[in-house]
Amino acid sequence: MTAEVVVFWVLAVATVAGALCVVLPPMGRNPLHAAIALLATFFFLSGLFVLLSAHLVAVLQVLVYAGAVMVLFTFVVMLLNLRRHELAGPRPTLFKALGAAAVLAVTTKVAMVVAAALADAPAAADLPDGFGGGRDVAGNLLIDYLVPFELTSILLLVAIVGALAIARRTPGGEPDRAPGGDA
Amino acid sequence: MSGVPLSWWLVLATALFGIGALGVVTRRNALVVLMSLELMLNGVNVAFLAFARARGDSLAHAAVFIVMAVAAAEVAVGLALAIALFRHGGNVDLDRARRMKG
Repeated sequence: MTAEVVVFWVLAVATVAGALCVVLPPMGRNPLHAAIALLATFFFLSGLFVLLSAHLVAVLQVLVYAGAVMVLFTFVVMLLNLRRHELAGPRPTLFKALGAAAVLAVTTKVAMVVAAALADAPAAADLPDGFGGGRDVAGNLLIDYLVPFELTSILLLVAIVGALAIARRTPGGEPDRAPGGDA
Repeated sequence: MSGVPLSWWLVLATALFGIGALGVVTRRNALVVLMSLELMLNGVNVAFLAFARARGDSLAHAAVFIVMAVAAAEVAVGLALAIALFRHGGNVDLDRARRMKG
């Protein structure tokens, strides 16, 4: 086994473990614990991206996800300040069991088909100089994908305005907190 | 050069996507559902980058960049929705949010 394979296994196992911690009740029951597990998952993923020679994306992963998105998550978790009885784990129902079984079946099948179909695909092409660096990705974004790139800025603007409109306190509206009622 | 086969990367991507989908389907805390959505998007990013590495073509890195921007927008709107849900019902329990149920 080369060093690269060892690093892949370490990071992959850590990533999957972190993702499971987010989703499964023991840790994911408290949203703040789930957020911390998600943060760890993002850092491990960033390491995996470096292994894939995607250096700029790895940096962006830390900046955007581990930085901005996680701050937003922890801010909202602490703002809402959920009480203990509101932090119950998943309530098992027939639909959820069916959904979980369907998800597991489909993803297992997809993974098996992909692994079989690409078993002898070339692992890696020869990389041009500066692959995945800032100049390389910027060239793609600003020359080949200029229109989607500019549309992204419009999307972000719409998201900001939409988030403000949705979360705004309605003037003279309903009581701030009505526990037990249906939302 | 890279000793890791493409299929391993894709299995990892599928696993991340599946774990995220599992969370979206089974959890009832809106915040944890949003976090699971992030996991699904990251699984897709892993697949993009693995193919980019295998083909030696970095166009997919631009796609990953755009996926990240969309994910950030999605989190902003999703968390605003969670706050609005909390204002109305005092919790973020998706099983109890059924005003819009048909």
